[in-house]
Amino acid sequence: MTQATQRPNARTSKPGGSDRASQMRLINGAKPPNPVVRGLKGVILLIACAMVVVPFWSVIATSLADPAQVLAEGGYVMWPKEPTLAAYEAIFRGGVVTRATLVSIFVTLVGSGLSVTVVALLAYSLSRPGSFGSSKILLLVLFTMLFNAGMIPNYLLIKELGLIDSYWALILPTLTNAFQIILMRGFFLEVPGEIIDAARIDGAGELRILTTIMVPLSKAVIAVIALFNAVTYWNAFFNAVLYINSTEKWPLQLVLRTYVVDGTAVQADVSGEMVPPQLSLQMAILVVSLVPICLVYPFLQKHFAQGVVIGAVKG
Amino acid sequence: MAVTTGGRGARSPRPEVSGSPDDAPPSGGATKTSRSPAPNRKTTWWARLKRDKFLLLLAVPGVFLVLLFQYVPLIGNIIAFKDYQPYLSIWESPWVGLENFDIIFTGDPAFINALINTLVISFVQIVLVFPIPIALALLLNSLLSEKIKRTVQSILYLPHFMSWVIVVATFQHMLGDAGLYNTWAREHNIFEINLIGEPELFITLITSQVIWKDAGWGTIIFLAAISRVSIELYEAVAIDGGGRMRQLWHVTLPAIRGVIILLLILKLGDVLTVGFEQIYLQQAPVGREASEVLDTYVYNYGVIGGNWGASAAVGLVKGLVGTLLVLGANKIAHLFGERGVYSKW
Repeated sequence: MTQATQRPNARTSKPGGSDRASQMRLINGAKPPNPVVRGLKGVILLIACAMVVVPFWSVIATSLADPAQVLAEGGYVMWPKEPTLAAYEAIFRGGVVTRATLVSIFVTLVGSGLSVTVVALLAYSLSRPGSFGSSKILLLVLFTMLFNAGMIPNYLLIKELGLIDSYWALILPTLTNAFQIILMRGFFLEVPGEIIDAARIDGAGELRILTTIMVPLSKAVIAVIALFNAVTYWNAFFNAVLYINSTEKWPLQLVLRTYVVDGTAVQADVSGEMVPPQLSLQMAILVVSLVPICLVYPFLQKHFAQGVVIGAVKG
Repeated sequence: MAVTTGGRGARSPRPEVSGSPDDAPPSGGATKTSRSPAPNRKTTWWARLKRDKFLLLLAVPGVFLVLLFQYVPLIGNIIAFKDYQPYLSIWESPWVGLENFDIIFTGDPAFINALINTLVISFVQIVLVFPIPIALALLLNSLLSEKIKRTVQSILYLPHFMSWVIVVATFQHMLGDAGLYNTWAREHNIFEINLIGEPELFITLITSQVIWKDAGWGTIIFLAAISRVSIELYEAVAIDGGGRMRQLWHVTLPAIRGVIILLLILKLGDVLTVGFEQIYLQQAPVGREASEVLDTYVYNYGVIGGNWGASAAVGLVKGLVGTLLVLGANKIAHLFGERGVYSKW
């Protein structure tokens, strides 16, 4: 269906571009769209996009605005005239927010690293045809998709394991995910058996096959699963409410809840005169919690549509 | 060939009885079967275990975690039948039979309130939230520029990746009493929007948050289904003189009908579960009566109130009813000739 192969009578050739939109344009070419309908569509989509962009924009702008402007404009700023990082300096001068950010980074890195490792190992083990017990293990994993034990038994388990107020309570319970195991197993199954046989003949063991053949060939899916889990760990909120008691072990989401949602005053460790307004501090905390997600978002976006569709089909 | 293969057929021939690959005959597989010392049946169990010990070793961490964090809590549900004492362990606490379920069967007012709130919120969200991604997907699909479509998608998917804490904080920043909109509205004498902290408007608030966060993301699955429709079908409608509305009605909508029904089934199965973190975060200003749902009830009554057994009983019944609802909805879908979540068995 490329331009080069087009012939006037060929039904399948679509001159004027190969994407769907231009093909549809060609089909309906004779009847131009109604201008009113077109305008209406534009307005709807513009409003929808503005509803997402404006809030985030205003949060970032307020966090960067200088105190005088924040006070002058009744607390909210759409365009910082003299951008300043004072609010960020205040929250990162080593107080609750600094510590919480470090906790969140630790939990996110360790959690996503461990989870993708555990998932990959299990998925590989289940992807070797006819290996001992693999069909039973697979059933064990699949069955977890059907139920959720509930909050109370989960809480009591963490308690009996002595993990209350431990970072491991935030990491361990969500390490495995049946859907991800099935997804990655699917990718490993796609790797041609001949390559694996060749490696085995050359004397490679299972671990070597996994690290030198499977992982490089499934880099994309491994990266996406790791990023997805990183976002989940970074965003995790309620596990911390349940399992973490001491304030100094709070992850960022809990700090965000306390200072921004509940509006408790931020104790910024500022000794000088220039204390940034509470609102700027709050917005700075909010920005700190959403920036990492915006950073990985483009990488996620490249792959997630496919992943979600596979998930939907495999249910 | 001695190796029993599952899944994808006879691939990857591996030595039958050997601990490490090195002492295997170099090419393994079918031609060398005669070298196996004993007939397949007798040796397989132990031999396969020995052969696959490294593979099994790789599976150990994952299987251990699945058993510990998925299956053990399932057994932990026995505390729904016990009077759990925090200073005793689950096992040592005394059995009380079905006493904990009284709260459900006698209709404790707080429980009934939570149940009604849950059902009302679910119903409102099925009616108001569910159709929006479908409409949005159709709208995006009708765009004639691939570039604009991609840009809009990138923007609308973003809120899905934000945590509920971020979403709630952002909503307060925008629509709170001292928020961006109301400050601006007061200055310009335009109507104010007092959506936050009002018990009567709580459902409106959380519904609009759900739409804001997930309506864009929800389009993905519909767009994927639409993109699989053969372009020739549209061409055929156009040749027969049908315009865009006819193409929508006769081609696009039938193409996504299956997905719509599938998602509706999943939604119905989840009718007892409404955004827990979202509601928990916003309970304080509006009070329990307006905002308590089953999940927050289990938390407030159980973890905070210390009524472990009774709240576990509520959670257990909720889980069982939820599973039955999915299976039931699936059955109904089959009756209407749709594929459903599970294929017929």
